[in-house]
Amino acid sequence: MDHEEYEKKQRAMHRRDNLRKALTYLFLSVWAVVVLFPFYWMVLTSLKSYAAYNAEHTPVFFTLEPTLENYQNAFTAVPLGGYLLNTLIFSVITTAVMVVVSTLAAYAFARLRFRGKNLLFGLFLSMMMIPTELVVITNFVTITNWDMRNSFIGLILPSITSVFYIYLLKENFEQVPDELYRAAKVDGTSDLKYLWKVMIPICRPTIVTITILKLIECWNSYVWPRLITDDPAYYLVSNGIQEIRENGFGRENIPAMMAAVVVISVPLILLFLAFRNKIMEGVSRGGTKG
Amino acid sequence: MNIELQGLTKRFPARGRKAKGETTAVQDLTFTVPDGKLVGLLGPSGCGKSTTLNMICGLETPTAGKIFFGGEEVTALPPELRGVGMVFQNYALYPHLTVLQNILFPLENLKGAARPTRQQMRDRALEAAKLVQIEELLDRRPKELSGGQQQRVAIARALVKEPRVLLLDEPLSNLDARLRLQTREEICKIQKKTGITTLFVTHDQEEAMSISDFIVVMKDGVLMQQGAPQQVYDDPANLFVAKFLGTPPINVFAGEVKSGTLLLAGQKALAVPGAPDGEVWAGVRPEGFVPAADGPVECGLNRVEVLGRDTSIVCTHPACQADTLRAVVRPEQLSGPMGSAVRFALKPEKVFLFDRAAGQRIRFGGTTA
Amino acid sequence: MDRNSKKAWLYLLPSIVLLGLFLVYPLIDVAVYSVEECYNFASQSYQGIGLYNFSYVLHDPYFLQAVENTFVLVIITVPVSTILALVISTALSSIKPLRQLYQTVYFLPYVTNTLAVGLVFMVLFQRTEYTDGLVNLMLEWFGAGPVDFINGPHWAKMFVLCFYTIWVVLPFKILVLTSALASVNDEYYKAARVDGTSRTRIFFRITLPMISPMIVYLVITGFIGAFKAYSDAVALFGTDLNAAGMNTIVGYVYDMLYGDSGGYPSYASAAAIILFVIVLTITCINLLVTRKRTPA
Repeated sequence: MDHEEYEKKQRAMHRRDNLRKALTYLFLSVWAVVVLFPFYWMVLTSLKSYAAYNAEHTPVFFTLEPTLENYQNAFTAVPLGGYLLNTLIFSVITTAVMVVVSTLAAYAFARLRFRGKNLLFGLFLSMMMIPTELVVITNFVTITNWDMRNSFIGLILPSITSVFYIYLLKENFEQVPDELYRAAKVDGTSDLKYLWKVMIPICRPTIVTITILKLIECWNSYVWPRLITDDPAYYLVSNGIQEIRENGFGRENIPAMMAAVVVISVPLILLFLAFRNKIMEGVSRGGTKG
Repeated sequence: MNIELQGLTKRFPARGRKAKGETTAVQDLTFTVPDGKLVGLLGPSGCGKSTTLNMICGLETPTAGKIFFGGEEVTALPPELRGVGMVFQNYALYPHLTVLQNILFPLENLKGAARPTRQQMRDRALEAAKLVQIEELLDRRPKELSGGQQQRVAIARALVKEPRVLLLDEPLSNLDARLRLQTREEICKIQKKTGITTLFVTHDQEEAMSISDFIVVMKDGVLMQQGAPQQVYDDPANLFVAKFLGTPPINVFAGEVKSGTLLLAGQKALAVPGAPDGEVWAGVRPEGFVPAADGPVECGLNRVEVLGRDTSIVCTHPACQADTLRAVVRPEQLSGPMGSAVRFALKPEKVFLFDRAAGQRIRFGGTTA
Repeated sequence: MDRNSKKAWLYLLPSIVLLGLFLVYPLIDVAVYSVEECYNFASQSYQGIGLYNFSYVLHDPYFLQAVENTFVLVIITVPVSTILALVISTALSSIKPLRQLYQTVYFLPYVTNTLAVGLVFMVLFQRTEYTDGLVNLMLEWFGAGPVDFINGPHWAKMFVLCFYTIWVVLPFKILVLTSALASVNDEYYKAARVDGTSRTRIFFRITLPMISPMIVYLVITGFIGAFKAYSDAVALFGTDLNAAGMNTIVGYVYDMLYGDSGGYPSYASAAAIILFVIVLTITCINLLVTRKRTPA
């Protein structure tokens, strides 16, 4: 192969490589636009005034007169603040109780010795396969019979347990070396103290992960709250947004709706940006949406 | 087909977001792998030998310098146009394919006129399998094979397309000690049978010395020395090479040369005619000690280890850089019971002097330049 | 029972009580409901035991519509989203600069409220008396006529539902596939390159088989998830899905249970059990097919 031919080959290769790279980036950017565009559109629309929005027969991709009036509207014309507060209370309590209950159960499975442990754990695992859709019917009847509709306790109770998180925690607890437990026992540490002082600090990353995942799950939950609440005073954001869509603002006030959507979406997006790696790692370890 | 490297240099951008500048993995490397020889590229881990191998096979492009295969420049050619076969450290056998499918894989990549018919492919794969003696394993999957068998499959896969050059990256590092001995002879045999120019990378000097026709020693991306294994062992160019080659390792003393005599801890140890005066490192191979009642080097005796053919005397000397020094002697050289001290004479051809600053070899009358 | 066992059961007590009450008991109860005929919610009485509920549900045009919608949704979104996720994550794995940024952006839909963002999609696709909406504007650029995707023809509504579902499920799939791709040992690619393997061949003969367990996992969970589709449809078409002709099986279950058309837990149970049987069957078929294709 002479030198000239060699150079030519090299140049052709470079060109091909660059072209492929450019196409890859183009493709990825197109999809990024598809993902981001709804977010852009909701922010944009929420900044347009009602009159300006309705005057646009062809949608306009920007606005020169941004206004915050829709946000004001969202909080005054409909009880968006109430929905947010409800969701916050619901999410925080559910998540907190879930973490405590799951930690205790996971600790029992991981560290304590008792008869029937393997059988019980097998039962727990098989419960992971029970679809929510199947049990929601009876739960609805149960909560109705207990007269707990339109109450936080009715919302929270059936949402607490998650077999998957117990499983995740148990796996993590088991990675803590046995010697630590024996050493603590020799020193006369109680189980509860050992759990609190040793296990939880060591396994904090997993606990943080399941906390965040559960928070996201709670914030987005729709079906159960819809069944169990028909008093707007107990609506969560998902139901609130549905209510706004069907009856809110008295008329088709799209910009105000978009303002509400932005307000609802922002907390989770901030949470995600703050804990990006933890969330993505936790989700890839086995969380599916819903 | 010989492989020729000319001033090969590879710099990587420094890792990490904050780090600036570049790290140099390989610096101005020039050497030639002679046609049909088995050459060992030797050095401690991180010395740039794997990077060198990757540049030769085309997985990395050098920052500077050139690579020639049989006089033809291949520096920036993609791997498939170079005609190289490569055996990876972990063998890289495709787990979902059978042994036969693995060996066929490179042939199925060929296009156009070079593409053999199905039957020819099979024949060539069988031939390669025969060469490494795995004919009876063809229908197995890699995970059903032992480490040594996987190694053979990897070699067969590398050889099946009849490459001009065979490259092996740490070929023995994943095998246990017994298999290692056996496999390295196997590699040597296959290389001799096919006569293919072969370069292999290793950090194990014993491995390199035992089967190579020629070794190249590298450190921190820089060529230290090259030559036939025995020649490099007998005539190290610097302290690093002297220390790196040989088991048990060379014993290093802080010494001084005064008017043609080597002093160890102030005592005259050996005549070194022609060596300039000054402080030096003196390296003495374990086999360079001869027990002698009137020997000039006196050591405190620690223990005697009898290891079949040879006997090691482990002892101390005030000028020795390690806690103990080790002398390997023949049992018949030991006469009578030993006290708390032992005296040695030194064989001049087993003693090397190095300057204190750069560790470069200082030659004296006793050795050939 | 010794002291240790007692303690263990104490630790497990809250979980066992909650799971028993809200997961195990309902599972049994739903089976009971499904065979109690003419169950009256107010008086909590029933007239007989039998399979009438199933037969009623299976003859209910709304249910059949829901089954059809769900199957169309599953058949379209599972393959499309899996292949799209595969293409995106492959592209993502081949670049270095900006990879983190793209990854973060692609994950965003996962953390959004399905109902809320569904509203945005509705706005984008809807055609009202004031405006044709953004999507119709784009269609116009290509010379296509305006279509009302939200209140218009069934195929158009199905298209939006599929599009939104894919948009929602992709982040998870991209994430799983990207980490699967990253876990393939680089040596395989190097070996393939030394042998001059073309990119397409590397992808189909090496990458794909290596990550196939993850693809199987995604397809199975994808099937399960798509069969349970509901909130995406609500987000786009409102709570009265039957009227929109866009109900799903899960939607049918909830409509039977509650709301304007509710009050029939027996029918809801029967429908839920039918759904469960469908999902179970499809999952078993999936497992059988994949097991056959990858001999141990």
